[in-house]
Amino acid sequence: MKAAVNIDKAQVAEFYRKMLVIRRFEEASARLYMQSLIRGFLHLYIGEEAVAVGAISALGPQDYVITHYRDHGHALARGMDPKACMAELCGRATGSSGGKGGSMHLFNAKLHFMGGHAIVGGQMPIGVGMGLGIKLKRENGVVMVFFGDGAVNEGEFHESLNLASLWKLPVVFFLENNLYGMGTHVERTHAAGRDIYNFAEYYKIPSVQVDGMDLMEVHEATIEALRHVRAGQGPVFLEAMTYRYRGHSMADPVNYRDNSEVEEWRINDPINRFKMFAMGEGLITPSEVERIESEVAELIADAVEFARESPFPKAEAIYDNIYA
Amino acid sequence: MAEIIVREAIAQGLREALERDERVFMMGEDIGAYDGAYAVTRGFLKEFGPERIRDTPISEAGFVGAAVGAALVGMRPIVEIMTINFSLLAMDQIVNHAAKLRYMSDGQLTVPVTIRTVTGGGAQLAATHSQSFEGWYASVPGLKVVAPSTPYDALGLLRTALKDDNPILFAEHALLYGVRGEVPDEHYEVPFGKAAVRREGADVTIIGYSRMSHVAEQAADKLAERGRQAEVIDLRTLRPLDIDTVVESVKKTNRAVVVEETWRTGGFAGEIASAVQEEAFYHLDGPVARVGGLDVPAPYSGPLEAATIPNADRVVDEIARSFGI
Repeated sequence: MKAAVNIDKAQVAEFYRKMLVIRRFEEASARLYMQSLIRGFLHLYIGEEAVAVGAISALGPQDYVITHYRDHGHALARGMDPKACMAELCGRATGSSGGKGGSMHLFNAKLHFMGGHAIVGGQMPIGVGMGLGIKLKRENGVVMVFFGDGAVNEGEFHESLNLASLWKLPVVFFLENNLYGMGTHVERTHAAGRDIYNFAEYYKIPSVQVDGMDLMEVHEATIEALRHVRAGQGPVFLEAMTYRYRGHSMADPVNYRDNSEVEEWRINDPINRFKMFAMGEGLITPSEVERIESEVAELIADAVEFARESPFPKAEAIYDNIYA
Repeated sequence: MAEIIVREAIAQGLREALERDERVFMMGEDIGAYDGAYAVTRGFLKEFGPERIRDTPISEAGFVGAAVGAALVGMRPIVEIMTINFSLLAMDQIVNHAAKLRYMSDGQLTVPVTIRTVTGGGAQLAATHSQSFEGWYASVPGLKVVAPSTPYDALGLLRTALKDDNPILFAEHALLYGVRGEVPDEHYEVPFGKAAVRREGADVTIIGYSRMSHVAEQAADKLAERGRQAEVIDLRTLRPLDIDTVVESVKKTNRAVVVEETWRTGGFAGEIASAVQEEAFYHLDGPVARVGGLDVPAPYSGPLEAATIPNADRVVDEIARSFGI
């Protein structure tokens, strides 16, 4: 791990805290799923935390984030209250969408967090259109569009890259390549193999591949990408090589890969790696680490309690907000 | 009061919105330099410039999704999908995204996108270019579906659509662009969910929308020659649907036939027939009749195609068969 950009102690603590919030949130939601408090599909982000935190922390409040259905990490990194997230996962009235969206459809318009979209690739044209809207309004925000390796084979991926480049839109395409689309390895689905960022070149979009298990590398590449986009030079494509330790969803028995593969990736665990780096550089002390860990544990315990104790939506709510 | 054609009425509605509100812009295939595949946007590029009259690649999912995204950040896009057949390539964006975002975000997001598209057959464009899918879209909560049949309605409904904050599918029939009619000089709007009674009569209610409301009127003329008075209802919007006007009419006439251009199997006419039977069963002299397109892919050859699309004679024959009048 390297630190080419200046990073201060407060930032280090914040990065560590945010990654840990995501990890603990996901572990807690897995437990609630086993207790049937969370139903439906639950896709955990464990292992990928450095991507959401490294990338989203480089954005400003004027920027926008839109993502796929493995969205808890992005929502939390963008600043969503874990209580509202957990309550949404539990289908409660106090959830971020009043219980109408669920795990795959988290939204917080005030934070410019525009979802949580569960049709693979579907969020991409929408993100491009947000970039178009920003440009037409002469605003200076940037849209960060997250998607996975599975989306790359969808037509909407190609249509989106083409439009964004053609119209020089302020968009960062952020590919989280975790190597599997559900249970199918990227090398079995993608003619060009696992390095997908090459694709962007054809659309005349500058592209970079980064180690998605390395927060600082993700963060620095994002800052560099934003500089390009904010200068009005059109979109940038980033590919973070990452890995999810858990299955595709909680319903996934994970028959398609060896446990040894998971263990190999765990050696590079992004949270542990960042902690070791920060401690080695003298940017965080063991006692600060301990303090953050206990604060996060409390935060997540509170979120779980809040969700458990929150009421289900009232029956009358069923017809609310179908139309504006 | 001016007499104009549907094409001019729609162009007027679009122009008004573009002039009134700088958040309004248009996207679509060949709407700019080409002047529009159906010439609705003729001259717009020169008038409003390439930023607001935006030619797109042939990329329906891409630009419809982009319209949804632009709407999410405060714009009011109008999209033209060249024909409703091509809307299937954007159906993911229309049905899975545009129609859902308001609800799934519990009111945090607003999607003011009007999707104009061209529906219908009758121009010998064969099976892939002659379909009428507005009824499919009308089954989706979160969307509104509009299908005008006259210049007056085209302008009045479009004005309503372009002020609405929801995703709207505005289906313009390819064969109605040249239909002439009177449009007032002073401003008016036609609300959604209010059917028009085109003609009053006591013997049978004929229900149609889009081009089939004209067919319904032609059928009423033929019935009049035989001394029967048909009441003709033009639905104007499929969602919201004004079933009350239909039911009121059926309570008077005791007979109903629904005319629709799309395939009879699974058509929206089935929804109308079912609703009428639920609301007015004891007023009916017989089952609600349906006249729809034949259950075949639209053939190219003129005589074959003509046989697939409902016309006045088929409506009159169906009324005779069903009701003996």
